[in-house]
Amino acid sequence: MTVKDTKSDGIPRTTPIQSATFSQSINAEIRRAAATGIYDIRGGGAKRKVPHFDDLLFLGASISRYPLEGYREKCETSVTLGGRNASCPIELDIPVTIAGMSFGALSGPAKEALGRGATLAGTSTTTGDGGMTQEERGHSNKLVYQYLPSRYGMNPDDLRKADAIEVVVGQGAKPGGGGMLLGQKISDRVAEMRNLPKGIDQRSACRHPDWTGPDDLEIKILELREITSWRVPIYIKVGGARPYFDTTLAVKAGADVVVLDGMQGGTAATQDVFIEHVGQPILACIREAVRALQDLGMHREVQLIVSGGIRTGADVAKCMALGADAVAIGTAALIALGDNDPRWEDEYQKLGTTAGAYDDWHEGRDPAGITTQDPELMARFDPVEGGRRLNNYLKVMTLEAQTIARACGKSHLHNLEPEDLCALTMEAAAMARIPLAGTDWYPGKPGTSY
Amino acid sequence: MQIFDLEAEGLRALNSTLHAQAEHTNQTVWEIVNPKGSHAIAVGLDAPIEVNVKGSTGYYCAGMNKQATINVHGSAGPGVAENMMSGTVVIDGDASQYAGATGHGGTLVIKGNASSRCGISMKGIDIVVHGNVGHMSAFMAQSGNLVVCGNAGDALGDSIYEARLFVRGSVKSLGADCIEKEMRPEHLKILADLLERGGCDAKPEEFKRYGSARQLYNFNIDNAY
Repeated sequence: MTVKDTKSDGIPRTTPIQSATFSQSINAEIRRAAATGIYDIRGGGAKRKVPHFDDLLFLGASISRYPLEGYREKCETSVTLGGRNASCPIELDIPVTIAGMSFGALSGPAKEALGRGATLAGTSTTTGDGGMTQEERGHSNKLVYQYLPSRYGMNPDDLRKADAIEVVVGQGAKPGGGGMLLGQKISDRVAEMRNLPKGIDQRSACRHPDWTGPDDLEIKILELREITSWRVPIYIKVGGARPYFDTTLAVKAGADVVVLDGMQGGTAATQDVFIEHVGQPILACIREAVRALQDLGMHREVQLIVSGGIRTGADVAKCMALGADAVAIGTAALIALGDNDPRWEDEYQKLGTTAGAYDDWHEGRDPAGITTQDPELMARFDPVEGGRRLNNYLKVMTLEAQTIARACGKSHLHNLEPEDLCALTMEAAAMARIPLAGTDWYPGKPGTSY
Repeated sequence: MQIFDLEAEGLRALNSTLHAQAEHTNQTVWEIVNPKGSHAIAVGLDAPIEVNVKGSTGYYCAGMNKQATINVHGSAGPGVAENMMSGTVVIDGDASQYAGATGHGGTLVIKGNASSRCGISMKGIDIVVHGNVGHMSAFMAQSGNLVVCGNAGDALGDSIYEARLFVRGSVKSLGADCIEKEMRPEHLKILADLLERGGCDAKPEEFKRYGSARQLYNFNIDNAY
């Protein structure tokens, strides 16, 4: 129906305006909540726009800086993680790792593909809240075993098979919250791995059952080291909420590596309100974590891996410039594998969504066969092809980061520094402690010179 | 019997030595002297050996044990036998918080009392406590058996899954979704076996059984706490 621009009495109409406060998506959620009485549960990360790496720019070299030749002059990308205490630290060819994603949330072939792709690219994968699968261990040259509050599938044999142990204290999508793997995805195999009946919801606890603070954590780490003969690095993963204090306490507890996950980080399934309203953007967290490491005299001694919405080589380079040693990708890796691919658009439409917006991973009906345990859907996904795609993507990210680093005159990604950056917005300038573009000033900085 | 002086030789040497015991070792009995409350004693063992700790231990003694029998001739600190897979751990005295947490298998016997969160998230372990257990014991317990010959504190079995809880004395309160259940003949049989393994002379008929009401198994807002 066409809306006339005048009423029947000839008086011009005002233009209908959708409320910014009560937007269509907010109204739809109110209607959904009113109809069901249950909060919305979904997967993925925060969808709201928050200050991010796109709000930073690199200052390429001209006269005051001397660039390196693209593709010809060496720009190193390797990184060593966990040399503080472990006799076998992890050596990676590239500083882009695969974040923890659970078997259960992901299918076995998807875990295999992550292993294949990461190994081809010379980097590591990470297990998740469901134990270690043969698919992933068998195809990952370097595998980080997550030690989670739920302890699903935790056993000393797998612990000793790992190349590193990541004690998960918090997750960027839900710092302070636990997991919610709903019954639809609890197949026989998932149930067996988690010691729970098939088909029931599985809550992953929000806190570890056998330690209650940083002093206990230090002793817990001692136990893990003793069980694994001090061989592998111990990571501690925290959600990006209080990065300075959490990093400080993680280091004091003995972490070899701190993993810091911002609010754009993904999750298999949790409350939408949690994903969108708890935690801080990763951009706001990195400098605080680096400051904590510097205050302790541990920057570069204890490595910092950051994650939460990292998508491109530019994001990687910016993380390096802000002081990180490596990054981890989760959602981006799933997209590289084929998640939310437009080729399945018809099926996304049938699920009431569209390619690029599908986030009901907990329902186990992922048309791409990646975040499901349905055998028919899983069969659509080819782990060899998925691994090839992930390897390509990781290589592109690395090449992009190298290209930027060379333009800044750096022969290693780790040589990037805050001075190579400027900020496009006041918010980004304040959070990243980078001068606003065209100025030598950023909010909160005493003095005037940079 | 091999005697290991922990104070003189140190924790790393102790665990390295015990880890080196192969399945067919002839050094099957070990005695650890001077534990003096040290943490992480005899963790990650994986051989059918017997380890006798002559004194009290700190955190996580016998953590992730497989196959071994570990006797603590004293009391145990927090997290004793955490995530145990198999074997037997016996504590002569009391155990602190989260005894047997997340244990997947094996038997943990505590001849004294256990503090709070005993058997938290247990996943198949059998725990026999001769005395009392503290609050939030068997929180989110998934499977296995917790036997309490004395009394249980607040919120027993909160958010419990399929674990069985047997309590002879009083229960201060039950946690979310935990209810008293009928003690059927098969449960009396299970309990009799557990009591025998735990060295208890209590009678199965003296116990009440608790378990999950299964109201929280699939998300329903009407059951949310």
